[in-house]
Amino acid sequence: MSHPLLEIRNLSKSFTLHLIDGREITPVRDVNLSVATGEHLLIHGRSGIGKTSILKCIYRTYLPTSGQIWFDSHQFGRIDLSRAAESVILNLREHEIGFCSQFLRVLPRVSALDTLCEPLYRQGMDRATAQAIGREWLQRLGISPALWQASPLTFSGGEQQRINLGRAFIARPRLLLLDEPTASLDEATKQVVIEMIRVAQSEGTAIISVSHDLAGLGAHANRQWTFQ
Amino acid sequence: MSEASDQLYNFALLDEDAKREIRRKLLKAVALPGHLVPFASRDLPIARGWGTGGLQITLSIVTPADTLKVIDQGDDESVNAVNLRRLINRTTGVTTTTDTAAATIIQTRHRIPEEPMRADQILVLQVPMADPLRWVEPNLERATMMHSEADYGKMWVYMYESVVRAGDLRIASQYPVIVNRRYLMDTTPIPRWDVPKLHMADTLYLFGAGREKRIYAVPPYTIVEPLQFEDYPFRTEYRPGQRCARCGAEHTFLTEHFVSDSNGGRWETTCSDAAYCAKRVAQMEATA
Amino acid sequence: MTGDWILRVEQLSKHFGPTCPDCRRLTGPDLGRSQCPRCGTVWACVEANLQLSAGEVLGIVGESGSGKSTLLQMIYLALHPDSGHIWYRDNGGPPRDLTTLNRYEARLFRNTKLGIVYQRPELGLNMRFSVGGNVAEKLLLAEWRHFGRIRARTAELMVKTELPPERIDDEPPTFSGGMLQRVQIAKALASRPSLLLLDEITSGLDVSVQARVLDLLRRIQWEDRITMLLVSHDLGVVRQLARRTIVMKNGHIVEAGLTDHILEDPQHPYTQLLVSSAL
Repeated sequence: MSHPLLEIRNLSKSFTLHLIDGREITPVRDVNLSVATGEHLLIHGRSGIGKTSILKCIYRTYLPTSGQIWFDSHQFGRIDLSRAAESVILNLREHEIGFCSQFLRVLPRVSALDTLCEPLYRQGMDRATAQAIGREWLQRLGISPALWQASPLTFSGGEQQRINLGRAFIARPRLLLLDEPTASLDEATKQVVIEMIRVAQSEGTAIISVSHDLAGLGAHANRQWTFQ
Repeated sequence: MSEASDQLYNFALLDEDAKREIRRKLLKAVALPGHLVPFASRDLPIARGWGTGGLQITLSIVTPADTLKVIDQGDDESVNAVNLRRLINRTTGVTTTTDTAAATIIQTRHRIPEEPMRADQILVLQVPMADPLRWVEPNLERATMMHSEADYGKMWVYMYESVVRAGDLRIASQYPVIVNRRYLMDTTPIPRWDVPKLHMADTLYLFGAGREKRIYAVPPYTIVEPLQFEDYPFRTEYRPGQRCARCGAEHTFLTEHFVSDSNGGRWETTCSDAAYCAKRVAQMEATA
Repeated sequence: MTGDWILRVEQLSKHFGPTCPDCRRLTGPDLGRSQCPRCGTVWACVEANLQLSAGEVLGIVGESGSGKSTLLQMIYLALHPDSGHIWYRDNGGPPRDLTTLNRYEARLFRNTKLGIVYQRPELGLNMRFSVGGNVAEKLLLAEWRHFGRIRARTAELMVKTELPPERIDDEPPTFSGGMLQRVQIAKALASRPSLLLLDEITSGLDVSVQARVLDLLRRIQWEDRITMLLVSHDLGVVRQLARRTIVMKNGHIVEAGLTDHILEDPQHPYTQLLVSSAL
């Protein structure tokens, strides 16, 4: 008896806009999909129709209105993410599920190295070990050592995005949610990211990405799913 | 029995209600060592600040069988001591003495006698300012609350600041102590020299603050610990080489006087406890 | 799956005033008021529930008068609730109801287990003592009695909170607003508390100073995994530090959840208003 790592059943998400006469909008309606360990699923579709909403429902930034999101957790067994307790969700975010948004949320005065290492600190890793791993990643991401102690606030968009992706990969989650991971990257960095995804997959990480980049990222995905 | 109590009715200047109240408050003070007990301080024929608190306690506990000694600045012959002694004597008729060993009640300000005191004696201290927390908390209501919660952090900071500012615990008199491991207490203007005498003493110490309307007590065999740091311990005053010019004592608390002579004058140190000094001189003369 | 909670607040309520039979019906977030129009009673905090896990940062947001400071003061045991419980436990030990402590026990608990930082430094610091003395107060309360060790620990705390240790004997009025907040943080951390309470600590500071204080707290959180309760009317501050957030209005908790969930998918009309006016 083997379940896929993640299985979404009849997922819907609607928003009630209390400030606009209680109007209701439903960007996600009756979605079913699944992803297995080591698999890369790419979701594409027109802009602004709610692709990212699916990722946010999985990550519980959005509370699903109906449906189930079954996740095969190491620690908690098979659980429905749409109903799991907040403490469970927080634990999963630390150890099993990673999310990489389109933009890095830069914290002022925190160095690139610390920003990158934060997920490891949160896991309880000691500073020295975490920073050793962090330096390796910065190297791999092609960030010049001169910038490691600087705040990413001063970085270019591409550099910020590399730090952002690094933060998602460094914690070695079992499920990684990527929102437009290659959108602001040049061709060379894009290849680095694609390679990072490939390595993560080979280590058993399941990946769901939302992207328009069908030729680049899409060519390397195991499956593509069109959201309408 | 009833005749004896009739004689004591309206004995010693104060009216019976006042004495009853003060005795009750004294009992409460003894039951809660170091705790400030409010009382209705009566008007007396001497000014507030001249020992009315001590006087009210003495007048409330004195009986015709008592022998009384009054000292001020360690001396039985200072103006205030003489006046208080005369007042008590005239209103009660009790015997007075200057000899510590002969007294049953000693009313004092500034000093505890050098001669060791016994379990059958009571020392009554006149207190100018009752609450040590006044240094750190001017608001009385809040200070009372701090006492009730044993919240003495600020007082400790005061001690810390003393070391920071002066390099040591520079508190000459009114040294703060913790009584019975519970209440912070002011030791009144006695020098640091006398503070250890409060600890595990044989004698009952009663404190009266007339102006501030507070009574407190250190019963016999009570733990009295001065506030101190492990690396800056409480120390009594000590200047090696100094001795009393009159009796030669090196083990007493000394005071300095300026003595005029043909050369224009000089500083001289003598025992602060004048009666004790006189006793020693008399003994030396007798043996010589 | 509740995890190892250290603080659990149950049905905690506090009101100020005489109360009348209609009070509760006439107040609340739906009516937009916490003061009863009939009898004048203010329902500062009504049946609040929350739970804090060890090492967690929980944010409480709401406008002035929403009851968040009342809630914090009750948890700090400075204000006694009318009803409800505040359960506390150490490392999974037996829970204790802090509302049953007497004044003396409450003081002891506050001195050893809690730390607090106020918006206004004069509430948390004694302006007549030196900065070192203020920080040392917590140590002295915890029965530290070695002057040298107190000095060393105080200097260490000053370095940790990015304060120049050579200014240990200076008085607070000679420090800037941001520095005073860091002195308060040093003082709060001195006794290694189990729970740090932060009451609008960056309000009134300019943006760069605010960033530095928040950065310091974040670092302390990473390093010491200290549990924090962060009260703020500023969603930006809460977003930076807290992973879970509670939204209060007119004395009631109207919404609670993961911080990103509260910010991106708010359910309650008031939260939606709060978020839309902040972003």
